[in-house]
Amino acid sequence: MQVNNEFRPKIVAFCCNWCSYAGADLAGTNRANYPADVKIIRVPCSCRVNPMFILRAFQRGADGVILCGCHPGDCHYTTGNYYARRRMTMLFSMLSYLGIEKGRTRVEWVSAAEGAKFAATMNEFVETITALGENKRLEDLRCKK
Amino acid sequence: MQEVMKKRASELLADGTVVRVLGWKNGEFAYDPTPAVFQTVESLEAFVYNDFCASNLSKYLIKFLRQEGKTLVFLKPCDSYSFNQLLTEHRVIRENVYIIGVPCDGKVAEDKLREKGAEGILGIETEGDQIKVKTLYGDLDLNKKECLGERCLSCKSHQVVVFDEMLGENGEENPDCGRFDMVEKLEAMTPEQRFEFWRGELSKCIRCNACRNICPACSCEKCVFDNPASGISQKAAADSFEENMFHIIRAFHVAGRCTDCGECSRVCPQHILLHLLNRKFIKEMNECYGEYQAGAEAGSRAPLVNFTMDDCEPSIIYTKEAGK
Repeated sequence: MQVNNEFRPKIVAFCCNWCSYAGADLAGTNRANYPADVKIIRVPCSCRVNPMFILRAFQRGADGVILCGCHPGDCHYTTGNYYARRRMTMLFSMLSYLGIEKGRTRVEWVSAAEGAKFAATMNEFVETITALGENKRLEDLRCKK
Repeated sequence: MQEVMKKRASELLADGTVVRVLGWKNGEFAYDPTPAVFQTVESLEAFVYNDFCASNLSKYLIKFLRQEGKTLVFLKPCDSYSFNQLLTEHRVIRENVYIIGVPCDGKVAEDKLREKGAEGILGIETEGDQIKVKTLYGDLDLNKKECLGERCLSCKSHQVVVFDEMLGENGEENPDCGRFDMVEKLEAMTPEQRFEFWRGELSKCIRCNACRNICPACSCEKCVFDNPASGISQKAAADSFEENMFHIIRAFHVAGRCTDCGECSRVCPQHILLHLLNRKFIKEMNECYGEYQAGAEAGSRAPLVNFTMDDCEPSIIYTKEAGK
């Protein structure tokens, strides 16, 4: 997205209800700064995220997608994030294989107590995506305004 | 081979061991034998088996899952892997199927024959390494190796892994088949080159869904691509994104379950190298989670429905290929 001739990335963050979403909350209550370019979507568990969700986010104009979940071993549903981890590894490898820039997708484990980590991760991710520029290779022209 | 198979099929039909035979009969043209069901000994007249009989019969067994009686099926090595995979997923019942394994040393692709100048193909005869292609304009003697389909050039296994009886000699696995060579070549490219390569391939897609329909792993009764609300409609892609999305999701849905039978690439009317997507997943899973061959063993657990506590993090993909 161009704002005043300056590129502002659109970031979609899938956050699991039990850890990362609460972590984002904590970042808020701690007044930790992170860019407003990050749009959070709450999911029950990181393994709720289907590869299609991530592709769909890119289609609708996201420049970067990040998935946050409980630390491995801490999943509210015991094993959800272990499956998510394998799935995302495969998705990332496929995206890279198709020539999509590395770094547009990311997985980070953020617990409910890690508000500071959440803000730091988001700041860093927004920086990476700003450097990568607009998502061109996985865009859908029909979804562009 | 055809006569031996026909004879065995009629014996089993006659003595009531099986009530139907799943095999091939000639299709519209001599070079596209289609899967067919034979219920009487007389109808077996139409049974054919030759080097054009490439189609994988295991998926057709799903249709007989809820029907009474045993089905006789002929499985080539590739097909037997798919059968095991379907067994793992409870899509077929082992007791309801009588499997005759047939050895295979590759099937001939019709377009390779065309490249060699065969027009108006009427039939094929094989003798060892040589094939005799009968055409409207006379016979053509060719070397079989030069006419094999793409997937047969890097055949992973000549072994029928599940059977009740075997016709002829069972083959062996072929670990040095080099099936990942092309994947490695692609991985060595820059992301820009890869993007160009895949755009070139995937933009040929006409969304005929042949790859999905033929795939023995794609056996869902309701497919996500049939859902009009899924956002992936049943028509030629309007945007490059849809092409990418369809092929990523298609490959993803069979990831870990794909036995690498290569049917998708064989049936693609646009000759898209679809098996390269599946093989990438297979290769990546082998590297990250240990060697796994879907269908080698019935009941095995695929990597994506399994985990260990110390799996690699997804970021490994970025560091692993950092140098490339």
